[in-house]
Amino acid sequence: MHQLLRAVFGPGFFASPQVHVAVSIGAVVAVVSAVTGVFTVMRGQSFAGHALGDVSAAGGSGALLLGLTPLPGFVGAGIAGAGVMDMIGVQRLRGRDLATGIVLGVAIGCSALFLYLGTTSGSTTGATQQILFGSIFTTTPGTVAAVAVLGVVALASIAAIARPLLLSTLSPDIAAARGAPVRLAGLLFMLALAVSVALSALAIGAILSTALLIGPAAAALRVTKTLPRALVTACLTGVAATWLGILLAYDSYYWGSGHQILPVSFFVVAIIFATYLVAGLPAARAARRRPGPGRGVTHEPAAAAGMGARCSRAS
Amino acid sequence: MFAGFMINTWATATIVAVVAGVVGYFVVLRGSAFPAHAIPKGAFAGAAGASLLGISTLIGLAVFSLLGALAIGTLGRRGRNDVATALTLVMMLALGAAFLSRTTQYEPEIYSLLFGEILGVSTSQILPTAALGIVCIAAIAVLYRPLLLTSVVPEIAEARGVRSYRTEIAFLIVLALATTMTVPVVGALLMFSLMIGPPAAARSLTSRPGLAMALSVAIALITIWAAIAASYLYNWPIGFFVGVLAALSYGAGRAWAARRRIRPAAVPPPQPAMDRA
Repeated sequence: MHQLLRAVFGPGFFASPQVHVAVSIGAVVAVVSAVTGVFTVMRGQSFAGHALGDVSAAGGSGALLLGLTPLPGFVGAGIAGAGVMDMIGVQRLRGRDLATGIVLGVAIGCSALFLYLGTTSGSTTGATQQILFGSIFTTTPGTVAAVAVLGVVALASIAAIARPLLLSTLSPDIAAARGAPVRLAGLLFMLALAVSVALSALAIGAILSTALLIGPAAAALRVTKTLPRALVTACLTGVAATWLGILLAYDSYYWGSGHQILPVSFFVVAIIFATYLVAGLPAARAARRRPGPGRGVTHEPAAAAGMGARCSRAS
Repeated sequence: MFAGFMINTWATATIVAVVAGVVGYFVVLRGSAFPAHAIPKGAFAGAAGASLLGISTLIGLAVFSLLGALAIGTLGRRGRNDVATALTLVMMLALGAAFLSRTTQYEPEIYSLLFGEILGVSTSQILPTAALGIVCIAAIAVLYRPLLLTSVVPEIAEARGVRSYRTEIAFLIVLALATTMTVPVVGALLMFSLMIGPPAAARSLTSRPGLAMALSVAIALITIWAAIAASYLYNWPIGFFVGVLAALSYGAGRAWAARRRIRPAAVPPPQPAMDRA
């Protein structure tokens, strides 16, 4: 048994302070991302969820350039970007994607400028890679508290608007007819999404931020029928993938003879991607079993049956 | 600014802008902004992989952008489009991160692959760029009708027997080709701005497809020429100018459209008295 444990957990895994920080910050971010992600996927706003990561990273490099800590830059740029996207984005899905793209283009341009100015004034050379990928193993314990507080803020705001948000997600027309604040709920959700994505982009990097936001939620929505179950499944999937990824990355030091670790993001994303594919198997098999006119245009039957999510896709 | 070493830059930028204007028109029309961002950004992981294996970057870019396009197309068929795109993108980026962790000499190249190195285009790069550009334009010309039909009136397209799934895959492959051609020159992220801003501006000015496409190419050309000039004069990265100018052109297009909507065209502008006299 001891032998087996030693084989699974590399030497010093539980003693390493870096691992402690990564495991705790990873769990917090995974839970916040999974909850935000379920609404993001249902509302079809994955692009905004990804783009806000890049937008907030641009703010982070701007803050570094001004000599500030990155956190206010990340959160400030994320919130500003979300506000502009909401302002210029019309309600239709295509217009929204376009608005996201325009904001993203400006943010990327600013990133290019900030990185350029940063490198000419002689700051760290790894800045590009840091902002592109981020690294969970380099997070300091100090950021854990900030991340946790902001995560609670994002979750609390989503909980506060959950009912009108869900109604306006599933059926905007009925929501509007009932007098639910559709527009306001949408804006508040964008702001909560911005905070959630900004903190995850800061803590774990842009790749993992998008992966943990979209992957667990999309997989959960494929296999569950009700919102609470989808939320719980997404949280569990996210946390499990993060912890397993950290463990594998740690262990990868002992693989082969090179003694180089592979990035955490690689393992976490690979696990999440595989989970998403596996979660689609039952629906795919069901679609194959009943051939007919609907073949090939599956509307995520599992999720649609319980939540009427077909409206969210058609919008 | 027009010295010998800049000729390559002006020529390549012109090719890139024409392709971005034409392909971008359909990106905006079809609401494919996310794939247009994801394929170039993910493809740069292929460049990292190629440098690890010691083969040409162009091959790595081509393989990854084509794989990305196919993955987005096939996964998006059964699931949600945006989810498929997001997950394909992060998977490609994660592979890129894994490749980069295995090599140490690659670091300075990342910046230029992402943000472009347009001021240092070599003569040997022009020919492949032009060839791939012609292929892209030809493919769009062949796909013109099915693309337009499936984008604007999907029901009629289906009734006429146009296969929307095949059209989508074909379009994603054109995007991938455009990516392969432009990433080494203008960078993954700059191409995205060029494919979104100018076509969106053109679309808000006119609803006629041919005219909109011509306008889109014209605005893309102005954007990139102005960006090169500004980048040369102020020595700031070209990506910054392209991103900001593309967004400005979109804003100007929207403002123009809004102004036209307030003052209907039916009311003739008042004639100055002097003209009549």
